[in-house]
Amino acid sequence: MIGRDILGIEDLSKEDIETILDTAVRMQEIGTREVKKVPTLRGRTQINLFFEPSTRTQTSFEIAGKRLAADVVNFSVAGSSVSKRETLLDTAKTLDAMDPDVVVVRHKVAGVPHRLAEVLRAPVINAGDGAHEHPSQALLDMLTVREHKKCIEGLTVTIIGDIAHSRVARSNIYGFTKLGAEVRVAGPPTMLPADVESLGVKAYTNLREAIDGADVLMALRIQTERLEGACFPSVREYSATFGLDRAKLHFAKEDAIVMHPGPVNRGVELAHELADHRPSVILDQVRNGVALRMALLYLVAGRGGR
Amino acid sequence: MSRLLIRNGRVLDPSQELDAAVGEREILIEDDRIAALGADLSADGATILDAGGAWIAPGLIDLHTHLREPGEEYKEDLASGGAAAVAGGFTQIACMANTHPVNDDPSVTRYILDRAAKESPAKIRPIAAATRGLEGEVMTEMMALQEAGAVAFSDDGASIMDAGVMRRVLDYSKMARAVVIVHAEDCNLRGSGVVNEGPVSTRLGLPGNPAAAEEVMVARDIRLASLTGARLHIAHVSTAGSVHMIRKAREAGLQVTAEVTPHHLTLTDEETANFDTNTRVAPPLRSRADVEALRHALAEGVIDVIATDHAPHATYEKEVEFTEAPPGMIGLETAVAVSLDLVREGLLSPLEYIRRLSTNPARLLGFEGGGLAVGQPGDVVVIDPERAWTYDPAQGFSKSRNSPWSGHEMTGRVLATVVDGRVVYDLEQ
Repeated sequence: MIGRDILGIEDLSKEDIETILDTAVRMQEIGTREVKKVPTLRGRTQINLFFEPSTRTQTSFEIAGKRLAADVVNFSVAGSSVSKRETLLDTAKTLDAMDPDVVVVRHKVAGVPHRLAEVLRAPVINAGDGAHEHPSQALLDMLTVREHKKCIEGLTVTIIGDIAHSRVARSNIYGFTKLGAEVRVAGPPTMLPADVESLGVKAYTNLREAIDGADVLMALRIQTERLEGACFPSVREYSATFGLDRAKLHFAKEDAIVMHPGPVNRGVELAHELADHRPSVILDQVRNGVALRMALLYLVAGRGGR
Repeated sequence: MSRLLIRNGRVLDPSQELDAAVGEREILIEDDRIAALGADLSADGATILDAGGAWIAPGLIDLHTHLREPGEEYKEDLASGGAAAVAGGFTQIACMANTHPVNDDPSVTRYILDRAAKESPAKIRPIAAATRGLEGEVMTEMMALQEAGAVAFSDDGASIMDAGVMRRVLDYSKMARAVVIVHAEDCNLRGSGVVNEGPVSTRLGLPGNPAAAEEVMVARDIRLASLTGARLHIAHVSTAGSVHMIRKAREAGLQVTAEVTPHHLTLTDEETANFDTNTRVAPPLRSRADVEALRHALAEGVIDVIATDHAPHATYEKEVEFTEAPPGMIGLETAVAVSLDLVREGLLSPLEYIRRLSTNPARLLGFEGGGLAVGQPGDVVVIDPERAWTYDPAQGFSKSRNSPWSGHEMTGRVLATVVDGRVVYDLEQ
């Protein structure tokens, strides 16, 4: 996969996904060493280009790069290109002139990493574009599920919440579907995108039906500030209908796991007691995030790269 | 007296239901008027324009362009827009009022006409705003604007959201016997939508703009046309639901007309899969089913006119996030090649095709032209429907390059354009 852009799970084959997950498993061990560093990307430059602040994802990519001995540079840009009177092309050309070996991009608008990738010679890793895709998140989610369930094929995965505005949902839908799981989505109709079943999922507005017999429950973060009153009447009603708690968990499989991309709105998407303990695997997700991102960086910018 | 003889082509004139085989008819223009249409006309002292077996038709007429002057001359001006028009076969083009300042005052209308007379090879027909500043609140001085040369009224780019204001605009327009052109879109329902709402918007994660945002406004405005008896023209129809309502309105005898763009006739929302901002238009590119409905509505005559909605934007304005890019694409120089697709598919005969690009638009806004009868203006286009070429906006006449057809292989090209008896465009020169 050397030199390849990782723009979305939609573009990856099942074999690509398995290669990335298998590589991530090998990377996990590095994080347990006393000296958590290997020289794999020594002398290579990784730019984290974040147009939208995201402490968690950026830190995870930064640690991943540093564990592989890359020179990691964080390049944060606030606001849209229009507000700066600079085009995306200008930004891309500027970065390209600095000869990076890999560029990690986060933007609040769908498609920006794709446009930058057309200009940048270095491979681009999409770290989240609008409501489109967040491939590294979905891959770390798949890695975490594989750890706990051994095999993804045949599982039932229910994604709960604001599917319409969620890049995590889209990437996970593509990923888990490609690996042979049945994917369901659940949320109020105002948060389900048009023709969502065209993505190959079954849509539910009743949480109990959606999690009936499910192996994996994935709650999405709700942007309460932006959406309360628009897409749902109140946080209270949302958490009563779609928030997960021990009682609702009863309808899922006995050994079901609970996931969340973070940060959790406690008491909204997840009841307090679910956020911290089994069956929640949220901290495994975070831990796997570093290994998974090491795998991506290694695969696209490793040996034989430009 | 100058004389121009146009010969050796298939003469297509929908105004006379004339489709004459190559060489059967010739056209003689004396000064700025058609003086004769017949066989074996005398070439005595006349300049000869040999069509080389191609189509000879009345000059095309575009009811919907944005020429950006005054105010945004870096995108387009009356000279470059007029040059692009004649290169695309258009001899008359109507331009929308969303300039800076807005064409909501007779002084702006006169400015456009004065500048156009000096600068533009095509005849420019200004459409004035229906409300002051395009704000949808206070109606413009329609009588004075018409006196100054405005040919219709429109707040194109936005709907008049207040139904009460729209009703009064339609009522008042009757006094000017003017057509009110609407950009039908409920801006609340559209929200931040930038692509057609459906499987594509869901897959791409871009905010969706539902077909219903257009259709509720088409429904409202048809009801208001019925209430007022005014003449309503619906710009750039993009959905099957709109087509259905327009068909019903016409069956009911309302004075409702409609136009469709070459891009809505040929491209679907799948074009946006690579996030190319040149595919961002308002209304958005729709589904395959919508495109099929539009093509059939145009063939049936439920939609009267093909209009380009030529909307130039600077390259740097489009090299931004998809949601930040201004909507619109240029279309004057590609309209013929793109819309000939309907002739190739057998949906339109050559004569019906020319009717929708020339005769119908002329009648709709009461322009002279749109036909080749003796006494008509000497506005003629020569089109080779088979000519293959590669479109490169950088080689075109428009100042802007925002086209999804950039680099595409095209079929069908304008060979020459004549305005008032003068050859203003010749591909070979």
